[in-house]
Amino acid sequence: MSPISRGFHRKRQEAPAGRVPPGQYVTKDFPVLSAGPTPRTALENWTFSIAGAREPKSWTWQEFRALPTETLTTDIHCVTRWSKLDTTWQGVSLDVLLAAVEYDARYVLAFCDGGYTTNLPVADLTGGQAWVAFGYDGSPLGPEHGGPARLLVPHLYFWKSAKWVRGLRLRDTDEPGFWENYGYHMYGDPWREQRYAGD
Amino acid sequence: MAGTAVRGRLTWQTATVGSVTDETPRVRTLALEVPDWPGHRAGQHVDIRLTADDGYQAERAYSIASAPGEPLAITVERLDDGEVSPYLTEELQPGDFLEVRGPIGGYFVWEPAFGGPLMLLAGGSGVVPLRAILRCWVSAGSSVPARLLYSSRSWEDVIYQAELDSDGAEVIHALTRSQPPGWTGYARRVDQQMLAEVAWPAAQQPLAYVCGPTSFVEAVASGLVGLGYPAGRVKTERFGATGQ
Repeated sequence: MSPISRGFHRKRQEAPAGRVPPGQYVTKDFPVLSAGPTPRTALENWTFSIAGAREPKSWTWQEFRALPTETLTTDIHCVTRWSKLDTTWQGVSLDVLLAAVEYDARYVLAFCDGGYTTNLPVADLTGGQAWVAFGYDGSPLGPEHGGPARLLVPHLYFWKSAKWVRGLRLRDTDEPGFWENYGYHMYGDPWREQRYAGD
Repeated sequence: MAGTAVRGRLTWQTATVGSVTDETPRVRTLALEVPDWPGHRAGQHVDIRLTADDGYQAERAYSIASAPGEPLAITVERLDDGEVSPYLTEELQPGDFLEVRGPIGGYFVWEPAFGGPLMLLAGGSGVVPLRAILRCWVSAGSSVPARLLYSSRSWEDVIYQAELDSDGAEVIHALTRSQPPGWTGYARRVDQQMLAEVAWPAAQQPLAYVCGPTSFVEAVASGLVGLGYPAGRVKTERFGATGQ
């Protein structure tokens, strides 16, 4: 039983039922969190690669942008406790990207400019659940939010939606990425409040 | 990087508010008594949970203000439209209860073995984890030079003023909105020229920690990279929204 914090009362409006996971609050801002300086890669040097498949596969920016795109509106949930509702993104579905390679791996490690990594099960990237997003709210994705392109996996805490993503490494085992090595949860389901290892 | 992880489950623990210290008109430090606090490293943060008498709960993360080995303390800036910070800075009194969970985070940390020179850059209440680092630097008797560039709106908004004056680190203030009479220091936001004047030269292989609002962190971190700091030697922590 949690002790009562004397004199503390709700000030925020109640979030719409079923929209906000436990321990989260709704923000209208779009906060920025990252561990180091914002990397800036020129589009002519940008590629998106999938390693660890039977044959490696890589797209230049031009090739990537020629793939079919989707526009989606979704809620996002950051482990630092803000949730942002009805965010609109443009991106390429991971279904499209992963269909270009043959693999039987069950996990990926996403890798990024700046050295960031995060681990995800393949099952969470397929079936219309994940994108490589290059647009936000009708504009190109800004560098501080992960542009030119970031992973977008909105059903997991937002650190899994790796900024400045440059590719996926398919793996047979689930190896921790950057924050996962610092004690954050390996999977990160916001509805089960899987913030830290052991949650 | 592995090996620093928190592997056990972090459980919520009851904390009793010890002393409260007003740092500025908008900022208060809370000493928290936590019987089973496992200890923390300089730069880590802690989750705070408040419970209302109707069962409503709110959770937030705060940087830890105290050095390793010291009792847990947080320093909180009041955001007028906030739900938690006005309570922590205005209502909470010694003897009150809240819950804590932590420590959290293992990247934005410094320990004496990391060396330096240490280049700390703070915007507003972003000074809090850097103060923990400086206290750690002092108590360890570290021989690496430490320098803090600290941007505040005005002199009365400077947190830990007296402590920063006397801890032996070199502190350079920038006051962005108003300055006391006779002020001869920087009277503008941190910019590239200021960084070039103040930051340790990249050739000395400094280790930089940047904490503040996003606009501050973006400008400072890119500025340091522009001065030749390798990105991996610039650790950042941000708070607040995209604007201010």
